[in-house]
Amino acid sequence: MYQPGRTASWSAGLLVLLVAVVLVSAALGPVRIDPVTVAMAALNAVVVPIGVSVTSSSVTVLGIAIPVLVPAFEYTTVFAFDVDGSHQLIVETIRMPRIALAATVGFSLAAAGTVMQGFFRNPLADPSIIGVSSGAAAGAVAAIAFPMLVPFGSIHLSAFVGALVTAFLVYAIATEGGRTPVATLLLAGVAIQAFLGALISYMLVHSGDDLRQAVVWMMGHLNNTTWSDVGFALPVALLGVGVLGAYVRELNVLLLGEEDAHHLGVDVERTKILLLALASIVTAAGVAVAGVIGFVGLVVPHIMRLIVGPDHRILLLTSALAGASFLVATDTIARAGPAEVPVGIVTAFVGVPFFLFLLVRREVHSL
Amino acid sequence: MSNHTDRDQTDADQSSRDQVGWGDTEPAGAHEETAHHEEATRHLEPAPITVTDLSLSFGDLRVLEDASLSIEPGEFVGFVGPNGAGKTTLLRAISGAITPDSGTVTIDDTDVHAVSSRASSRLVAVVPQDTSLSFSFPVRDVVEMGRHPHRSRFAAPTHEDRDAVERALERTRTTELAERPIDEVSGGQRQRVVLARAIAQETPALLLDEPTASLDVNHQIETLELVRELVDSGRTAVAAIHDLDLAARYCDRLVLLADGAVHDVGTPDEVLTADALAEAFDANATVTTNPVTGTETVTALPDAAAVSDTGGGQSGDSAARIHVLGTGTTAASAVARLATAGYEVSVGPVTPGDAAAETAARLSEESPPESDDSNRAVETVTVEPFAPLSADDRAELESHIRQADSTVFADLTLTAGNQLVLDPLESVEQPILVETTPLAERNGAGAAARERYEACRERGVEVGLADLLDGVEGVLSGSGVGTVEVNSSSPAVEVDGADGADRADRADGVDRLNGADKADEADGADEANEADDRDDAVPESPMSRDASDD
Repeated sequence: MYQPGRTASWSAGLLVLLVAVVLVSAALGPVRIDPVTVAMAALNAVVVPIGVSVTSSSVTVLGIAIPVLVPAFEYTTVFAFDVDGSHQLIVETIRMPRIALAATVGFSLAAAGTVMQGFFRNPLADPSIIGVSSGAAAGAVAAIAFPMLVPFGSIHLSAFVGALVTAFLVYAIATEGGRTPVATLLLAGVAIQAFLGALISYMLVHSGDDLRQAVVWMMGHLNNTTWSDVGFALPVALLGVGVLGAYVRELNVLLLGEEDAHHLGVDVERTKILLLALASIVTAAGVAVAGVIGFVGLVVPHIMRLIVGPDHRILLLTSALAGASFLVATDTIARAGPAEVPVGIVTAFVGVPFFLFLLVRREVHSL
Repeated sequence: MSNHTDRDQTDADQSSRDQVGWGDTEPAGAHEETAHHEEATRHLEPAPITVTDLSLSFGDLRVLEDASLSIEPGEFVGFVGPNGAGKTTLLRAISGAITPDSGTVTIDDTDVHAVSSRASSRLVAVVPQDTSLSFSFPVRDVVEMGRHPHRSRFAAPTHEDRDAVERALERTRTTELAERPIDEVSGGQRQRVVLARAIAQETPALLLDEPTASLDVNHQIETLELVRELVDSGRTAVAAIHDLDLAARYCDRLVLLADGAVHDVGTPDEVLTADALAEAFDANATVTTNPVTGTETVTALPDAAAVSDTGGGQSGDSAARIHVLGTGTTAASAVARLATAGYEVSVGPVTPGDAAAETAARLSEESPPESDDSNRAVETVTVEPFAPLSADDRAELESHIRQADSTVFADLTLTAGNQLVLDPLESVEQPILVETTPLAERNGAGAAARERYEACRERGVEVGLADLLDGVEGVLSGSGVGTVEVNSSSPAVEVDGADGADRADRADGVDRLNGADKADEADGADEANEADDRDDAVPESPMSRDASDD
């Protein structure tokens, strides 16, 4: 029977691995910094809130000013290690945001991929199976190539909205009479993705000077990451995966098929929409800030399933943590390697051979 | 989420109010935990199931039509009926998996379609026909999924949960498989695991859809024995069962479904009648009593209409008369085939309790002599076991043989007591011989009897059981002309007994719904001399044939 201790020890181990990968990653780059210094610089950057003050502000929505109260925290640093000022700057403002975002996106995509594979009972499922990535790409490319068409200036927000609208559209198309057959959902997702692919191609053809930026975005990139990107994606990832974590037993039971799941007390349609919505939101947040980074959400869950088994109670969290380490590691290669390349290319270059190796050795053929 | 939890709470309250008492299997120490909600929902008192005016369509296709049904607590009810009759649909509607167009289903006075799936899954567990278990969860985890309806979202498995899982594993004898991945166990074992999951669910009602469909004989029995045990220890069970014999053997009552409606409800002997089967299955079937289990056994035979097309017994105004000489399963089978094909059949001499006598009685019972259509009444010459043939019996026999248009020897056993039967046979011009065992094994009356029997065989036609109807037809049409050489003219007639080995193969012309030859062990109780070493299942081989010819 399931042992919670096993999940705990695996998760702790993967967390240690993640910290190690992060430290090594932050040490690498044009300027070599030894990992101990990195650790000290990182700790120096840790702040805790010591006070809060509330200021009144207003947000304008559709021309109407709505007053809101904005809490403002006062922070203080906890540690004060002696670290070279330039090193502190490189670690704190250049490398760490990028690494944190890589970890966040890897965490999100691997978790969402695990959920989608279980949900669709299909080993080919990945986080964007219902068109989330295509929607995000369409939104982002539109914001890059035709900024005047997009009401909200930010590429991130445009991508996020595009992703969610697409997911909702696919869900709405596949739903009839309160039921959403998984096969219909899959087909609707494929059709919408094809449509959006054409739309993106059209926009790229007419994007002129913005073509390069759009293409790089679509390949997945973590360049020029700021802490605000992390501030956007991390809360969504933690909250989303946290709630998904409450539904791991339903995910297990759904593997038996929807009718069996119903007989075992799962409110199938409600659980399906919840899982789909959460996985899509988590994916959308990751894709919106980092572009379309493929393969993490497909391969990492498979690898972890081989290692820890198909039980989502252990698989979800371990996949998410492994995904974080995986993307930090591959992004390190992407930025510190011989030539800077989009991380999406590296994930495929690194992930595919490893996955194929496992496929041949352990005969992965189903969930 | 909060909404969900509230509803669960209400369900739990509801169930604890309904709770009557604890089942037999309840461990003694469980009382202290009853204050806890999750435990309070457990009740193993069997639940009544009531189906009222259930109608259901898939698109334009009407699958269920005003089906009503009342199942008592602690009953094992079998749904039988032809493919497409709505067995599975009715089960799914009862389980709450599909919502009917109209009508209600209540289990333990709770409308299963009105409550949450969590609430209904505490009332009824389902063993589906095929569970797609293509992932490698350990068996124990699959069984543990049965506890899902009883567990709260964030709680670790309680002792109650673990105990229920272990009990279910033990009960289905899958404990030793517990750590094996579910996709690496055999089909029979997998069925037991799914049953264990349903047991761990600890519901007062259990539904099974074709639980034996993909299992071998041994696992079929094992599975149904287990369900029977569960029912006896306090559960209501409903199973769609294709195999009528198994349904008759294990179920308290049967529900015969046909065309989406309840055709008949009752005990197996009430429901399984030739007439009902003819209506529901459109099949030409005989119902006899299985001598081993003492329950109904159904044998489907080639359609009477098809037989008469080829010149069978019902082609004329009055059916041809056939007398069957012989005992045991061979004679029983011959009687059933001939009677079902529309011939007027008599049999004897047989002793009471013989398979042929039982079959004849059963056929007569279903078809009272006064009913004109499909009169299957079989006249039987019954004699005392081990007694010499009395003068009266002999006269009766002679009269039957005289009146018969043809006489069939069905593995006729010769004993010192009954060899007198051979006397009237001298008058039979062209007997039809069905032999599944060599004469040497059936002859307890010495060389003289053998010679007389051989003389009959010389004149006669040998056929396999499967070809019996063709053989009879050939002889009847032959005797009309008088000189037709049946042996060579009818390709269907088994001329050469030496290739009897392929009779068994061709017996598939007769589509038996039940497992063949179950009755073999017990049919020969009266055949004192031969019973011990007879084996009907062994077809006659050229070798043994030679031996008897010496």
